[in-house]
Amino acid sequence: MSSSDYLVAARQMQALSFAVHIPLVCFGIAFPAIILFVEWLWLRTGDELYWTLARRWSRVLVALFAVGVVTGTILSFEMGLLWPGFTGTFGSVFGLGFAIEGFSFFAEAIFAGIYVYGWGRLSPRAHFAAGIPMAVAGFTGSLTVISVNGWMNHPTGFTMRDGQVVEVRPVEALFGNSYFWHELLHMYLAGYMVTGFLLAGAYAVGRLRGRWGRYERTALAIPLTIAALAAPVQILVGDWAARAVATAQPVKLAALEGLGTSTAGAPVHLLGWYTHGEVHYGIAIPRLLSLLASHNPSAVVPGLDSVPADSVPPVNVVRIAFQLMVGVGSLLAALGVVFLIFQARRHRLPKTRWFYRALVAAGPLAVLALLAGWTTTEVGRQPWVVYGVMRTAEAVTGAGGIPVGYAVLALVYIGVVAAVIWILRRLASTPLAPLDTPPARTMTGLR
Amino acid sequence: MSLAELPLLFALIGLVLYTVLGGADFGAGFWQLTAGRGSNAERIREYAHHAIGPVWEANHVWLIFVLTVVWTAYPVAFGSIASTLSAPLFLAAIGIILRGTAYALYSGVQTAREGRRIDTVFALSSILTPFALGTMVGGIASYRVPVGNAQGNPVSSWLNPTSILLGALAVAVAAFLSSAYLSADAHRQGDAGLEQQFRWRALGAGVVSGAVALAGLAVVRIDSPTIYHGLTSGAGLVAVICSALAGLATLALVGLHRFGPARYTAPLAVAAIIAGWALAQRPDFLPGLTITQAAAPRATLIAVTVAVLAGAVLLFPALALLFQLQLRGRFDPGPPAAPGGHTGPPPDRRPGKPRLYAIAAGGCLLAGFGLLTIADAGWAHAAGVICLLAAIAFGVPATAPTTLADT
Repeated sequence: MSSSDYLVAARQMQALSFAVHIPLVCFGIAFPAIILFVEWLWLRTGDELYWTLARRWSRVLVALFAVGVVTGTILSFEMGLLWPGFTGTFGSVFGLGFAIEGFSFFAEAIFAGIYVYGWGRLSPRAHFAAGIPMAVAGFTGSLTVISVNGWMNHPTGFTMRDGQVVEVRPVEALFGNSYFWHELLHMYLAGYMVTGFLLAGAYAVGRLRGRWGRYERTALAIPLTIAALAAPVQILVGDWAARAVATAQPVKLAALEGLGTSTAGAPVHLLGWYTHGEVHYGIAIPRLLSLLASHNPSAVVPGLDSVPADSVPPVNVVRIAFQLMVGVGSLLAALGVVFLIFQARRHRLPKTRWFYRALVAAGPLAVLALLAGWTTTEVGRQPWVVYGVMRTAEAVTGAGGIPVGYAVLALVYIGVVAAVIWILRRLASTPLAPLDTPPARTMTGLR
Repeated sequence: MSLAELPLLFALIGLVLYTVLGGADFGAGFWQLTAGRGSNAERIREYAHHAIGPVWEANHVWLIFVLTVVWTAYPVAFGSIASTLSAPLFLAAIGIILRGTAYALYSGVQTAREGRRIDTVFALSSILTPFALGTMVGGIASYRVPVGNAQGNPVSSWLNPTSILLGALAVAVAAFLSSAYLSADAHRQGDAGLEQQFRWRALGAGVVSGAVALAGLAVVRIDSPTIYHGLTSGAGLVAVICSALAGLATLALVGLHRFGPARYTAPLAVAAIIAGWALAQRPDFLPGLTITQAAAPRATLIAVTVAVLAGAVLLFPALALLFQLQLRGRFDPGPPAAPGGHTGPPPDRRPGKPRLYAIAAGGCLLAGFGLLTIADAGWAHAAGVICLLAAIAFGVPATAPTTLADT
């Protein structure tokens, strides 16, 4: 059996591993900062509610972080398990990003340990200070990983000669690459949306079941506010990202929009299905694609026919994922704007149950949009692993047994997802350890 | 030592630290699995969890460090190793997932029965992972991993005498390290009963580790003569002797309740044997591929070296702080101090100036829209991004989420 026979299984195994890991990454990006914000509120006001809230959330953080560590370790294993051709050829170009990411991960793990186990055991200031590197590392870790993804989509910083990489400039390849900034910001905001809406959704469930004290209202209002602010901004950042794709990866843009032939004044289609070079049953909005992509309603947008048929990604997968991301993202932004307007007028949380039902749905929907977004960019990059340089089929392992590994990993990850749900429910229902030592607060200087 | 070998030195240091620190965690799982039943077994299981708590995650990041350095600095070797040895690599991965999930689950355990169930399922993974990683080292050390994408035998590359022996050695060393550390922790906390139990386990596992290592030399002599020659002459021999002496010293120190110095001699024994392997195999990385041939272009080697050194400057103080807090018992059980303060909204709290913040947020949003969405220049996009982030930052006090909770 040739290696390409396993290509589909290997890609699905990789996709599964990402799908389990990326929602956890969102918590690694946003949760430390949100918890620190709540602890800062405690330091500022002395209100014990914030202390309790930050402490409870940090217990959730450590459980999610532990699962994030192992699922992330699996991803680094898969760089060799599934794609030795990719790592073997280009490791010297992109590997630096992961090496630096390893240190970020390290810092996050060290300070998460100090922070989570240090409640009430370190002075309040020292405890807060231990959280700062944890939050910073959450950001730099995602920065370096996304720099690698930016490089895969827009490879620079090396020269190919006879299939060998020569004249490598790794720093330029990763961080001098203009392509990764929009990806970074898009993912960063997605992290806050996923974390914020999931947290708010958890307390919205409580609201619908009648748990609605001051603690629950605080725990809902803070993450909801952050997600509601991030969601509308995400639309602007997403539009920026699409323009960057239009410039550097016109074929990916054509796949996103189902544009079979290069067209002047190209339309955008909502919904529909792509066959035989065009979108059927969709709602066309004339000239919008040209306007969005080039700021000119009659500009020519390159279509899928601009490259050979074997260099075109699977259009419907990419297109449906893209429409899902944009559609769900727009709904979430609308929910956020409704909340912000309501708050500006009434200065209180909404009373209608429908609002809380919408919040319960918003968390999983945010995860759906996140996964759809990554599907868009990663499947849209196909058939290339390094855009325009190396095909995914050249990168895949020659080792057998990939389908077996895929099946085993799928079973294990079903168990992991069940375990995460179990632990989150358990942590939500168990009170914190009692506190019976006398107050030891020396906070006057921080007021 | 040339620039081409420097990243490998970093990776080997990382491997030593992963063996010592991550190994101690896997060893704790081994003792949980073999604790048996009854109240005494429950104590052992419970205690093994506590000892790894705050440092668990940091300990396991070492493996990621090793992998990333190797694939950056020696990409061809990494691709060859990972593809030929994909089976044990995958088994190790499964073990790592299960072990980490068990760690995450343990914070929610309420009854001993739940704890026992989780432990039994996941402690098996604590044996699987070090064994699988040990067999990989055996495959590389016995020259069974040729250069290329999955060019080696998928079975005999890791199921061979050297591999099986090194897998067993990894499990035994893990069990030894963790029982020595757990005994030391119990000593610090003044729990003489647990200290004694783990001390006997440490002595037993130490003797087994030594016996497996000795048997290993005999196996390696037949199975992988190149490594045997390297280990029995020159610098390799010095390393083997160092490892043996450090191992014996650790046993003696644990036997004499001198846990402080034993904390340092145990890693020394591990470090010496890994150094011996590296020296015995040098200059080869894989058959027909020297370390210098395997190395990435110079610019990458320099970048990796700078990144690792800079990272070490930042990380080692932090790591030292974490271990200091752990070893001084700052994270030991006992209720944490209550924060003090009051409950309920403070009487003097004013809403601040949300209106002003709202205007600032709206202004930043508009500016961000103009600069990022309408304008085309790179500098405008950068400024637009900053404006949009500022809009979110101003939006939080404008919305004043904390006052919402009081209504």
